[in-house]
This record gives sequence, C-alpha cells and structure tokens, in this order.
Amino acid sequence: MCTVCGCGSETHSHDHPHDHDHGHGHGHDHDHDHDHDHDHDHGRDLHFGTGPARAHVPGMTQSRLVSIEQDILAHNDALAAENREILRDKGILALNLVSSPGSGKTTLLCRTAGDLKGRFAVSVIEGDQQTSFDADRIRAIGVPALQVNTGKGCHLDAQMVRRAIDKLAPADDSVLFIENVGNLVCPAGFDLGEAAKVVILSVTEGEDKPLKYPDMFAAAKVLLLTKTDLLPHLSFDVERCLGYARKINPALAVMRLSATGGEGLEAWYDWIAERRRQVLAARAAALEAKLDAVRNALNRG
Amino acid sequence: MHEMSLTEGILQMLEDQAKAQAFSRVLTIWLEIGELSTVDPDALTFCFEALRSGTLADGARVEIIRLPGQAFCMDCARTVRLAQRYDSCPDCGGDSLQVTGGDEMRVKELEVE
Ligand SMILES: Nc1nc2c(ncn2[C@@H]2O[C@H](COP(=O)(O)OP(=O)(O)O)[C@@H](O)[C@H]2O)c(=O)[nH]1
Ligand SMILES: [Mg+2]
Ligand SMILES: [Zn+2]
Ligand SMILES: [Zn+2]
Repeated sequence: MCTVCGCGSETHSHDHPHDHDHGHGHGHDHDHDHDHDHDHDHGRDLHFGTGPARAHVPGMTQSRLVSIEQDILAHNDALAAENREILRDKGILALNLVSSPGSGKTTLLCRTAGDLKGRFAVSVIEGDQQTSFDADRIRAIGVPALQVNTGKGCHLDAQMVRRAIDKLAPADDSVLFIENVGNLVCPAGFDLGEAAKVVILSVTEGEDKPLKYPDMFAAAKVLLLTKTDLLPHLSFDVERCLGYARKINPALAVMRLSATGGEGLEAWYDWIAERRRQVLAARAAALEAKLDAVRNALNRG
Repeated sequence: MHEMSLTEGILQMLEDQAKAQAFSRVLTIWLEIGELSTVDPDALTFCFEALRSGTLADGARVEIIRLPGQAFCMDCARTVRLAQRYDSCPDCGGDSLQVTGGDEMRVKELEVE
C-alpha cells in the first residue's frame, strides 16, 4: 500500500514502495526485537543501556514523501496500553511516583509499603539511573522490590516496566508502586500503564514548581506535598503553591504529609485503599462476566 | 536530557517506518511541535543532529512546524489561544480551560529514498 503524502507537491516522485529497486537487495539486518541494545541481567535487577538500534543502508533511489502522522511517543504509548491491560486483568493497582531528586519518594515508599503490607500485598519497582540503593531500602523492610537502572535514560519507559513486571511478578489484587527517576520533565510524557501518576513535591522546594513543570502537574492525579514537618522552619507558602497546582490541574487531589513524622499518612493510605477497591471491583465484574459466559456455554450443552 | 530520549524515539520510529514503507534513507523530517509541549525545538534539532549519524537519517534535515496553543474556555464556551499552560482565558480571564491543541509532538512527514 502506498501511503504517500497528499501534499500535492509534484516535484517528488510518488513511487509505490514495493516497486522500488533496491540494488543492495534489502539484506540489512533488522532482527533487533525492539529491546534496548545493551540490556543485561544482574541477578534480581534490570539494567538498561540506551540508544536506538542502528542501521546503515546506502540507497540510490529517487526521493519521495511519506506521510507518518505519528506521535513521537506512539511506540511507548502502545506498550503502556498493554501494561495497563495486564495490570487490570491481575487486579493490580499501579502507581507511578514522580518528583525531583530528593523530594522524598523512597522515604515515603518505605514508610507506605511498611505500613500497608499487613493489609494487602505490595511490591515496588525502583527506577534509578545507576544505583540499587533504593531497592535495597525497600527490601530491608520485607517488601519485594526490583531495581531498574535506566543508564543514561532520565525516565522509566513502558518497555522497562513491562520487563520489571514480568520479573517481579506482583501478586494478583496487590498494589504496585513504581518510583520513577527523579525528574519532573520526561516522566510526564512517558506513560507506563499506571493507574495514576502521583507527583511528590516537598516544602523545601520552590512554591512555583507547578508552574515550572506544568506538564507533570497536568498529567498527575495526585499531589503529595511532603516534609510538612519542616514547615515551621521555612517560609514556604502552602496555599500559594497549591493554588498554582490547581490552576494547572483543577482535578488534582492534594494531600499534605510527612513521611518521617507520620502526619497526613492516613489520608494517603485511604486514597490508595479506595483506588484499590475500584480496581478489585472492576476485576470481580470482569471475572463474573467470564464465569457467566462459561456457565451459559455449559447450560447450552 | 528530555530531547535526547525523544530523539531516540524518533529514530526508532524511522527504523520501523523504513521497514513498513520500504525506504532506506531519510533526507528530510518534518516534526510538528506544539507550543505547549515541553519540547524545545532548538534542543530537539541539536539532539537530532547529534544522534542521526550512523542511522538511516544520517545527514537528514529537520524541519520543525510549530503548532499554536489552544484551549476551550468553559466560561465563554469557545476555543481561545493559549500561550502558556497556566495562562488565564485571554477573553474573559477565567481559569476553567481545557487544552485542546498545542501539546503535539508528532512526526508528520518524511522525504525518503
Ligand atoms: N524532614 C523530612 N525529611 C524527609 C521526609 N521525607 C524524606 N526526607 C528526607 O529527604 C531526603 C531525600 O529522600 P529520598 O526518599 O531519598 O528522596 P527521593 O530521591 O525522592 O527518593 C532524605 O534525606 C530523607 O530523609 C520528610 O517527610 N520529612
Ligand atoms: Mg529515591
Ligand atoms: Zn529527560
Ligand atoms: Zn473565557
């Protein structure tokens, strides 16, 4: 099928692709499987190099225009949709935690996972560029965790999370926390298949961060304002900060908490529990529909 | 760097398209980048020029088409121009805006051989 552009430019020849005479016989190798090139496994963690597959093909054909009309992130979006389906089928609530470096993601996750693990199964995917310290901190409290090192990559992508899910194998009907690489830019654009992005902002940062990183605050469903135990020592204007955040995203749920002091955690846990109930209710309904279909088939003989 | 990973996504897409649409070299690439997207066009061009060598887009020209920011204002019930995500409605000053355009990051078209 010729999907040549409709631009009407007559200066380009619109050859049918399959009629092309490729003198080099099209023998170039494209057998990479869309995985990143330099992946390797180190025990229980995943490490990713970055960089696209390379091809080197000299061509001596006439130029033509081809219409693409594809989102730059289309490939990631498709993989994320698959992740979302896998997670939904297993009844897993996946939350993607994003923030600047040092805002307190790991500290909050340690506390949250530790407090919730008695109520339901939890596990954690830890994204970081180099180290595995964060996953070690989670495992130390007896919660399954997998470190994903992104190498040069400044964010997790759907492919990395897919492989992490396969390896970590979170329990059905559990809660999976994903700590993204500390960065408020790229993770906004890379869907992982999560139920919600949770953006964490600590009171030691600037009040105007929502305005500086509007995409992230627009993409998130929840804002956790952390380290509130430090407020008495700072001149951080909470209302001004939250005003900015709501201006970017009027639907944003906002909670204030301290991971070290403990205040505000109950509201966060309630929010998680409520979201989990919704995921489980949807799964129960889907399973019932399946069961009905099987029973109907059985009754029909 | 944000634009680096986007460029890698673009190069991957070119590889996929090269197979699907049977071309072996990209001469020009037209990108649509909305004003409200986080992409800086100059940085993207810079990254593309840094990463393209050795790929099928070696030496390819990048043309960036800027798309204007647009939002639907719930208060005046129409589409208005939006220069930045956190701006208020230029007509009524309202804050109930739904972004409807300008966050695009698309590969529009290629000149190939
Ligand atoms: N006072 C206070 N410090 C915190 C809180 N949460 C995290 N921190 C500190 O902030 C620093 C960075 O935390 P970390 O969890 O590693 O941040 P991450 O880079 O987002 O994972 C550490 O020194 C933590 O002890 C909090 O609620 N209150
Ligand atoms: Mg951390
Ligand atoms: Zn980045
Ligand atoms: Zn208006």
